[in-house]
Amino acid sequence: MCPTSEPGGTAAVDHGPYADLDATDPAHWAFGTGFADPLAGIDPELPEGLDRTGHAALCLLLGDDALVYSHRLSEWCSRAPDLEDDVALGNIALDLLGQARLLLARAAVVDPTVVPAMPVGSPVPAEDALAFFRDAPAYHSSRTAALANGDFGHTVLRLFLWSTVRLAVLQRLVDHPDPVLAAIAAKGVKELTYHRDWSGRWVVTLAQGTEESRGRMVAAFDALAAARVELLGRYPDAGVEAEDVLDQLLDAAELRRPEEGADAGLADDLPDLLAELQSVARAHPMGRW
Amino acid sequence: MTGPLYEVFVRAKRGLNHVHVGSLHAADDRTALSHARDVYTRRNEGVSIWVVRADAITASSPDEKEPLFDPAGDKVYRHPTFYEVPDDVPHL
Amino acid sequence: MDESERQFEDTIARHDRIEPRDWMPDGYRRTLVRQIAQHAHSEVIGMQPEGAWITRAPSLRRRQVLLAKVQDEAGHGLYLYSAAETLGVDRDDLEQQLMSGAQKYSSIFNYPTPSYADVGTIGWLVDGAAICNQVPLCRTSYGPYGRAMVRICKEESFHQRQGFELLMTMMGGTDEQRAMVQESVDRFWWPALMMFGPPDADSPNTARSMAWGIKRHTNDELRQRFVDMTVPQADALGVTLPDPELRWNEERGHHDFGQPDWDELKRVVSGDGPCNAERLEHRRRAHDEGEWVRAAARAAGEASR
Repeated sequence: MCPTSEPGGTAAVDHGPYADLDATDPAHWAFGTGFADPLAGIDPELPEGLDRTGHAALCLLLGDDALVYSHRLSEWCSRAPDLEDDVALGNIALDLLGQARLLLARAAVVDPTVVPAMPVGSPVPAEDALAFFRDAPAYHSSRTAALANGDFGHTVLRLFLWSTVRLAVLQRLVDHPDPVLAAIAAKGVKELTYHRDWSGRWVVTLAQGTEESRGRMVAAFDALAAARVELLGRYPDAGVEAEDVLDQLLDAAELRRPEEGADAGLADDLPDLLAELQSVARAHPMGRW
Repeated sequence: MTGPLYEVFVRAKRGLNHVHVGSLHAADDRTALSHARDVYTRRNEGVSIWVVRADAITASSPDEKEPLFDPAGDKVYRHPTFYEVPDDVPHL
Repeated sequence: MDESERQFEDTIARHDRIEPRDWMPDGYRRTLVRQIAQHAHSEVIGMQPEGAWITRAPSLRRRQVLLAKVQDEAGHGLYLYSAAETLGVDRDDLEQQLMSGAQKYSSIFNYPTPSYADVGTIGWLVDGAAICNQVPLCRTSYGPYGRAMVRICKEESFHQRQGFELLMTMMGGTDEQRAMVQESVDRFWWPALMMFGPPDADSPNTARSMAWGIKRHTNDELRQRFVDMTVPQADALGVTLPDPELRWNEERGHHDFGQPDWDELKRVVSGDGPCNAERLEHRRRAHDEGEWVRAAARAAGEASR
């Protein structure tokens, strides 16, 4: 299934040359029944009195984080421990990429000055100009999202931390005065609930599985202590609730709670990440894709 | 692989029956459900998924003679054991 | 011929389906296991050449589409392993056979993808060739395999179109983009033709597979069909196909075309292609690095029962 953000509400799946492949009732096949545009029917008008600069910054704070983290998750494609996990991680990366597209596009509408200048006549749309033609200092993503991937244990723990905090943030945005951001948040809540649960179950499984897996989870917790601090600091409103959930999981996994003040510091892997992400696009600033 | 074989059944829309769509491996029931969602469905409202461990399924036998000599309940697949694939079957 | 064998032959003769609990000749089952397993392996290995471009896709929309497509391939691998397992084999065992080289995968994936345009070309030509092969397989005699193929074909309907659309878009772009597309097509055309396997005269098992209803068309029939479908698409794109012998033959009602280098196919199939080692090494590494995870999942699963 190819996700798009074309407007128009629910799209029936067009199977093209395979539409008549099997004469039997499609009820016997349980194929996907299509997908809905999350912004269908949403009035894109900006509400009166909205601080455009601040609002665009919020959209980029959330959008850049989703884009950067989606990149790291997508690096697991064809590398996961099992095909089922490969598919799951790919789906999560796709969800976040979808959120990123909507958020970046919204930021550009709300405050066009955030969009980097492109050469005259460049066909590159605003969301892509933002994604591919901004340098690292202009990105509003967390260091946590940009961290190079560790092992699978590190990956599921980071996902659990990141999605738990983001879920709490988005839950608070479903009633935002900007109807577009509210709709994006509503979509994101459903997705992040799944991401948090999927990763949380893996954290517990690996913490309890074997001696080796437990050792790796303890190491991951220590390595990500600073990530937890960063994420909770970025979104102070969501902090308390998110911390509760995180702690519930730590108890379930019987993992020692990392000491407060453990400040290993977080590497800044964003420049390397962007060098890769932007490489083809930047080679063709007038390119059509 | 991480665990036993599960068979997956999906109800794609309200009003339809659950349909067998395939199988997957998972360590436990909850994970099987999660995998089934990722592999066999997209996130559509009203979708219902059943996962059943393959060895929990009792299957009828197509051969009428068998019930006299074999156990009454049988596995879904006739040959549930490993099968050696010989090297001499050529590349297709 | 005893009763079970007669039922098998009757079922095949009327183009009906053999299901997992039916009696079947050993040769039929072995052929199916190998064909389905190798098809599954192809899907999984096939994630690599295009997957390499996910992190560098030059627009967010293309990135979404590519990631979705590659995930589809993982799903297709799963449907096919699932079908193979109904024949009594274990997925672990099949994966071992892939990694040891005892079972193969489609030779096309042993070619490198040095350019982003290859993402489009693979969608257009490689998925196009796969579709030619897969649509008839929806009517293959073995039920689970045929049903897996129907599900795969329904999902694959997007893949070729997205690849073609990317190429079409690039051909409407800059000179560099157009050159990138043509260069990519020049590299993938002959390997795409080789996807249908050796010529019928060199394919001794085709007859038996067709008698059993596993295969519904010969290699050359499918190759011809692919060429006939693809030439007008190349015209629509504005790319040339690198075959000086390619021309419409009014008498035959088909395109004449040159012969691929069959020695190259033999070399690539037997392990001597440009990326064979890399593809398997990537697979083995993912498998080995994931062992501790699978072991932990098994242990946690057993503990909970």
